[in-house]
Amino acid sequence: MLNIQNLSATIADKQILKGLSLTINAGEIHAIMGPNGAGKSTLGYTLGGRPGYEVTGGSATLDGVDLFDLEPHERAAAGLFLGFQYPVEIPGVSFVQFLRESANAQRKARGEAPLSGGEFLKLAKEKAALLRMDMDMLKRPVNVGFSGGEKKRAEMVQMGILDPKLAILDETDSGLDIDALRICGEGINAIMRKPNKAVLLITHYQRLLDYVKPDFVHVLAGGRIVKTGGAELALELEEHGYEAVAA
Amino acid sequence: MTQAVTLPTRRDEAYRYADLTALEPLWPVPVQDIRVAAGEHGALAVILDGANDTAQDIAITLEDGAEFDLRLLNAGSAYGRLSVTVTLGKAAKFHLGAAQIAGGDQTVEVVTQVIHAEPDAISTQVVRSVLAGHATGTYLGKVAVARGAIGTDGSQSIRAMLLDRTATANARPELEIYADDVKCAHGCAVGELDPQSLFYLAQRGLPPAEAKKLMLQAFIAEAFVGAADEEALTDTALKALEAML
Repeated sequence: MLNIQNLSATIADKQILKGLSLTINAGEIHAIMGPNGAGKSTLGYTLGGRPGYEVTGGSATLDGVDLFDLEPHERAAAGLFLGFQYPVEIPGVSFVQFLRESANAQRKARGEAPLSGGEFLKLAKEKAALLRMDMDMLKRPVNVGFSGGEKKRAEMVQMGILDPKLAILDETDSGLDIDALRICGEGINAIMRKPNKAVLLITHYQRLLDYVKPDFVHVLAGGRIVKTGGAELALELEEHGYEAVAA
Repeated sequence: MTQAVTLPTRRDEAYRYADLTALEPLWPVPVQDIRVAAGEHGALAVILDGANDTAQDIAITLEDGAEFDLRLLNAGSAYGRLSVTVTLGKAAKFHLGAAQIAGGDQTVEVVTQVIHAEPDAISTQVVRSVLAGHATGTYLGKVAVARGAIGTDGSQSIRAMLLDRTATANARPELEIYADDVKCAHGCAVGELDPQSLFYLAQRGLPPAEAKKLMLQAFIAEAFVGAADEEALTDTALKALEAML
């Protein structure tokens, strides 16, 4: 599904990704762990097309489509979802309106019929319930006044509504209490653990992986993947640290 | 009543940023007089959304306890100017809510002079401008508080959003106070859309124009809050915004 070859990227002329290669097949869940500053978030932003993140070499395809040929909104329509570490607050714009317009913009780009108001609300209610979120919260302005945990749960509700092929979740576990961590973990499984979907979890800690069991764990250090293993690698990292395991 | 026959120049403060070439054939601009009797209410919505250069000049006199609600949508495809002079009697109330939307090489402007002639009058002005391309959007607004007009409450909230670095916003709120015990506030901000928010919206699938429109609609709507025809004004403004993005 996702095929990254020898990817290099810079931010403000500083080289962050240095020849990163990674293949994720449909039905798989991968976790990327690594020390601060290794380039984990940069990988997500580069694939998402955030302005300021410049690709200087290599390629990335999603189901054979070159991601770097597409604008950020076209990448979303192609099935890429980025869960933000710090979701943005947008005053004056309600979640419901924003999500309905987003979902329908994606459907339009794919040549599908738009969701009616009723269809959309039904879908939103179902996904909000999955993340134990009150529908009233989705009538409020995007992320404004939400706690850290609520923002992350709202990200998962968005993922449920937009129904992507591939989700890259950047530190979805940061800022979550124990219950919210479990709810988010269960939400990820319910929405994304399917034979035609895939997930890339970016995380610092093993704890999210207790709920969302990865098929592969990678260590990202110095802008490239330095070690790959199964779920047990995360436990090993937690116990011995990056330096010892990835050396 | 009409203005002086001589065409103003850039030296005239009220015309400093005007499109004088567009103004020339419209000159002199006739003044529309509006008088609201004591205790009565009046309202007017000025919508400049045509393709021709337009300049309007309104003089409003509010007698004691009178109220007036003026709204402006300055969103045509040519020069658009509204000049308004308001004289408030004792305990009169005046509100201006204005939205200006311009792109290309357009000039749009609203020039106000609000005179608190008697005590206890309230004036509020909310102006929101969205400017793209090489457009110029201007607000020049003077609140004058006469000697003895104690208990005056005047406020000006002026904001402009620049969609391109080549657009220009001029904002000059001005206070001239000759009385004690008055409350006058003004806030003024010129900014651009937050790129982080735009990326967030794009990542959810919104094309750039739709993302910008979504972010700007709340901004523009502030100008029309509480208007009798709030919905119609907001819809017309959004259509103008859509056409420009």
